[in-house]
Amino acid sequence: MNLLVPLPVILPLFAAGLNLMLHRRQVAQRVVSTLTLATVVLLAAVLLVLADREGPQVMWIGAWPEPLGISLVADRVSALMLLVSATVTLAVMVFSIGQGMTSEDTGTPMSIYHPTFLVLVAGVANAFLAGDLFNLFVSFEILLFASYVLLTLGGTGPRIRAGTIYVVVNMLSSMLFLASVAAVYAATGSLNLAQLSQRLGDLPEPVALVLQLMLLVTFAIKAAVFPLSFWLPDSYPTAPTPVTAVFAGLLTKVGVYAILRTQSLLFPDSPLQGLLLGAALLTMIVGILGAVAQSDLKRMLSFTLVSHIGYMVFGIGLATVAGFSGAIYYVVHHITIQTSLFLVLGLIERRAGSSSLLRLGGLARLAPLLGVLFFVPAMNLAGIPPMSGFLGKVGLIEAGLEVGTPLAYALVGGGVLTSLLTLYAVAKAWNLAFWRTPEQAHEMVLSLRSARDGGARDLYERLEARDLPTRLPYSMTTSTAALIAVSLGLTLAAGPLYGYTERAAEDLKARVVYVEAVLPGGSR
Amino acid sequence: MTANLTLIIVAATSVGGGVYLMLERSLTRVLIGLVMLSNGVNLMLLVASGPAGRAPLSKLAAPEEMSDPLPQALILTAIVITLGTTAFILAMAHRNWELNGHDDVQDDVEDRTVRRLAAEDVPSDTYDLTQRGEFTADDEQTVSVPPELPDPVGSDRRDEDS
Repeated sequence: MNLLVPLPVILPLFAAGLNLMLHRRQVAQRVVSTLTLATVVLLAAVLLVLADREGPQVMWIGAWPEPLGISLVADRVSALMLLVSATVTLAVMVFSIGQGMTSEDTGTPMSIYHPTFLVLVAGVANAFLAGDLFNLFVSFEILLFASYVLLTLGGTGPRIRAGTIYVVVNMLSSMLFLASVAAVYAATGSLNLAQLSQRLGDLPEPVALVLQLMLLVTFAIKAAVFPLSFWLPDSYPTAPTPVTAVFAGLLTKVGVYAILRTQSLLFPDSPLQGLLLGAALLTMIVGILGAVAQSDLKRMLSFTLVSHIGYMVFGIGLATVAGFSGAIYYVVHHITIQTSLFLVLGLIERRAGSSSLLRLGGLARLAPLLGVLFFVPAMNLAGIPPMSGFLGKVGLIEAGLEVGTPLAYALVGGGVLTSLLTLYAVAKAWNLAFWRTPEQAHEMVLSLRSARDGGARDLYERLEARDLPTRLPYSMTTSTAALIAVSLGLTLAAGPLYGYTERAAEDLKARVVYVEAVLPGGSR
Repeated sequence: MTANLTLIIVAATSVGGGVYLMLERSLTRVLIGLVMLSNGVNLMLLVASGPAGRAPLSKLAAPEEMSDPLPQALILTAIVITLGTTAFILAMAHRNWELNGHDDVQDDVEDRTVRRLAAEDVPSDTYDLTQRGEFTADDEQTVSVPPELPDPVGSDRRDEDS
């Protein structure tokens, strides 16, 4: 029993309500949101230490007798996810405050933004802490609902178009989730994950296989695993930058976490590991080929996001301690890096008025600091040593070689190839947006028939017209820089962090730790 | 456990009809499809609770005679969630109608671009960028501007929106 466990969910929800009441006072809203998120970071850090020292922290809501109520569990994996997601959301919140203060963008009503963002945070925290399948469903719904609102903020044409597809796809996957919940309950009579981990083993194999497939498809849609990933690159880029950043960092990772949890706890001797590995390979390759073909930075990053989900699924599919450990480290790395890249993109858009590679050029001279801020996370994403992207990939590749099946070797090869192609994609973006002069970009765009419709001006024309802001708000740059510093810190702290993820992976593999903590009497 | 065949058939029909409607273009039909789908799934949950029994109130019935209350609680939660989503999708369909005069689900921007470029037989921007994008310092070529072509799909290529 630990009263701290539900606080990361409750606090943001209360703050969301408070923010709704404060909708006329922007300053008060900012203070409430920032303070709440900072508190959640602290709470998550405390939970992490507790979970590491004393084992999983469990809280049964409503004081029902033990297997009956709703349990919230913070074990090593959950606590780590919670800490990383809280840090990232805090950075994004500070960033969006900076963005809102200086822009006259009426398409983003900030009074709605704050409460919805906090509800999203609560949903994500609840998903990481959920100890039963239905609570996981509810937390998915909480975060999805907040994401529907955030994605269609302002209700402009492109956002409504992208939002329609996003909402329908996610509703469909939610219905599939609910159907799996019904099927699991019909087969076992329980929804508590700890209880399920004991009961699912007794089921006949075909029944367990159907349940596993249903859950896997549900979570694969949320995590954007190929071939269920097509909704993502279309919907994410249209949202306001901070929203895209937090979606890209967190929402798909919640799906990955759900796959990790169900695969390790519920279906340990899964016959579907080959399927997972195949899906991981295709996700990596197809995703990165999509990224190479894009000319808009936001779309390009959305495709690299899909592609790098493949790495995490690779680790989960290996189902060894090393695989899980690599996957957890990679999730931590990828949440911070993908979010900071999208934040940098927000800075580029603010400074240069566009995120399209057709219209950008000469940013390295125009804004050298921006160059550094883009270059570091971009190289980190591609996996240049000694940064965390490299360490994460090495961990996964070692885990793959250790397993040593032909499929694992294929994935190791695919992982290396994806890393190279990521480097190619970001290097191309760097060359075009930062290295060439705006005049060259302007000449190029004039020669391209496809780029001249739409009527948007390119950077050269904007520079001529002098309608660009010359400096960026401090809260935007410092929050981005802080997040990049955190991602670099993952390199410095790689030793202890890998030790932690290894212990977390051993817990996942052993299963006893989790089950014992939730149901001390071992009730079935 | 025993299952109710009627309920299963109704659930299956409703899920089937829902999936069929979701394949339509109009968002209103998609919405009705979603509602049917969710009703079907809720019935599945009811099937999962086993045979119907008496109200699960202590002292009014013996535990063996009670129906399982948990799936009913789950169904109630699911209904509330579907209600919220339905309202949201309706609002979105209305907004779509306000903006475009219809509520059809539109294609992916990239799909449309690819189709248009294929119809015009023009290489994509990325191809051009890779072929000609990296100018060198002494590269003084003058690029001729090709004549204006009508755009068959409309100028929806870029969502200029931040």
